[in-house]
Amino acid sequence: MRSPQLNEEGALTHLLTLEGLPADVIRSILDTADPFVSIAEREVKKVPLLRGKAVFNLFFENSTRTRTTFEIAAKRLSADVINLNIGASSTSKGETLLDTIDNLVAMDADIFVVRHSQSGAPHLIAQHLNAHRRRHVHVVNAGDGRHQHPTQGLLDLYTIRHYKKAFHDLTVSIVGDVLHSRVARSLIHGLTTLGTPEVRVIGPKTLLPAHVEALGVRVFHDMRDGLRGCDAVVMLRLQSERMKGALLPSAGEYFKNYGLTQEKLALAKPDAIVMHPGPMNRGVEIDSAVADSDRAVILPQVTFGIAVRMAVMSMIASA
Amino acid sequence: MTPPQVPDAEATLVALAERMRGAVAYDAAFVGIYSGGAWLAERLPALVPGDHPVGFIDVSFYRDDYSTTGLKGGSRRTSLPFDVDGATIVLVDDVLFTGRSVRAAINELFDFGRPARIELAVLIDRGGRELPIEPTYCGARLTVARDLSIVLSRDGDRLALGVEGQ
Repeated sequence: MRSPQLNEEGALTHLLTLEGLPADVIRSILDTADPFVSIAEREVKKVPLLRGKAVFNLFFENSTRTRTTFEIAAKRLSADVINLNIGASSTSKGETLLDTIDNLVAMDADIFVVRHSQSGAPHLIAQHLNAHRRRHVHVVNAGDGRHQHPTQGLLDLYTIRHYKKAFHDLTVSIVGDVLHSRVARSLIHGLTTLGTPEVRVIGPKTLLPAHVEALGVRVFHDMRDGLRGCDAVVMLRLQSERMKGALLPSAGEYFKNYGLTQEKLALAKPDAIVMHPGPMNRGVEIDSAVADSDRAVILPQVTFGIAVRMAVMSMIASA
Repeated sequence: MTPPQVPDAEATLVALAERMRGAVAYDAAFVGIYSGGAWLAERLPALVPGDHPVGFIDVSFYRDDYSTTGLKGGSRRTSLPFDVDGATIVLVDDVLFTGRSVRAAINELFDFGRPARIELAVLIDRGGRELPIEPTYCGARLTVARDLSIVLSRDGDRLALGVEGQ
């Protein structure tokens, strides 16, 4: 079955996942994002591309940061942004997800930005819209369950390309809670699609998915081995709720084995960059000395994230 | 039907510079509209006396046909390395047709500041305007059928004009 995120002409009409998204579509999103980065440097930080369009932020799960960056991106495109605090409204009164969507379409929504704790919810919405002749309405997945967080994956790709220029000779190491990380899943798909020869995942067995090798990555349980000679280190956030379960002994123990310190970073290439999707836990997965060093590109990631989201929204809105 | 004759691009550029010489402000900035206009804006300071900063503008984000044609690939960064507030700016484009690109470029310039004056220099004016926009300086006028495009190309440093069917 054809992916619902591409239309008949192969243009991006929803962004649901980086899995299976063709390399030329990923490259064209990154290329489109480039001129959007410079809009922040203007007197008027706005372009009129989405003037008169309505972007609905549907966050069934909280994420102030992601919602804010989508809101800024939409506003810089001159769209009207409506934030819906779904948890507190209709679903708690028993309305189904698709009924909520139909109601918002009746309010002339043009783009839905969807964050949901259930994997596949944005996909379900996109299929529903496509099946009911509402192809002029578009969906962007802003993180669904453990599945995907495609705009985060794209901004990571943008950041790596910005600093390293190309993917064909890179080694990228992703460290931490890959099991629960939709960020890691999106990034792995994107990196392999763009031809990155070596993608490594580093973490304790309890935090790596079974058969993770099937995604085309090399697995390391020893952080030092996994960092050796890499060009980019992507640290994942260790969610504190994981600590409460049986998956990990303690934050201190975790930091000792999988926290990024200057001493461990020295094993990577001398010009290796350090990335983190945020919010980061200093002293848990990353040492302050690394987070504040000039090797860290964590704040540029945030800036690039707005440009990447502008690129995605402007591309799907015209498909 | 024989293809319409197009003038020599290099000779037309010299003719355009001739019209600008003495008429254009000494410190006017030359801002080329990508991509043809950008090539011309790079060449003009050597041909027009004065101290002319050069900038480039990509109007993709300001076009009025975005909702039907979308973003065409290859948008570039607009780069205006001078203070737009109070500046005299000469927009430079290769072919003036409907006037819609120029409208988009003027809108974009105002998002960078408030220029004192904006003028328009074009290599070719082919008529067919859909907006009340006229060039201040023009290299040559040319009439071709509406469904044909006049295209400026660059090989090394040499510019050439051609006509393409649609």
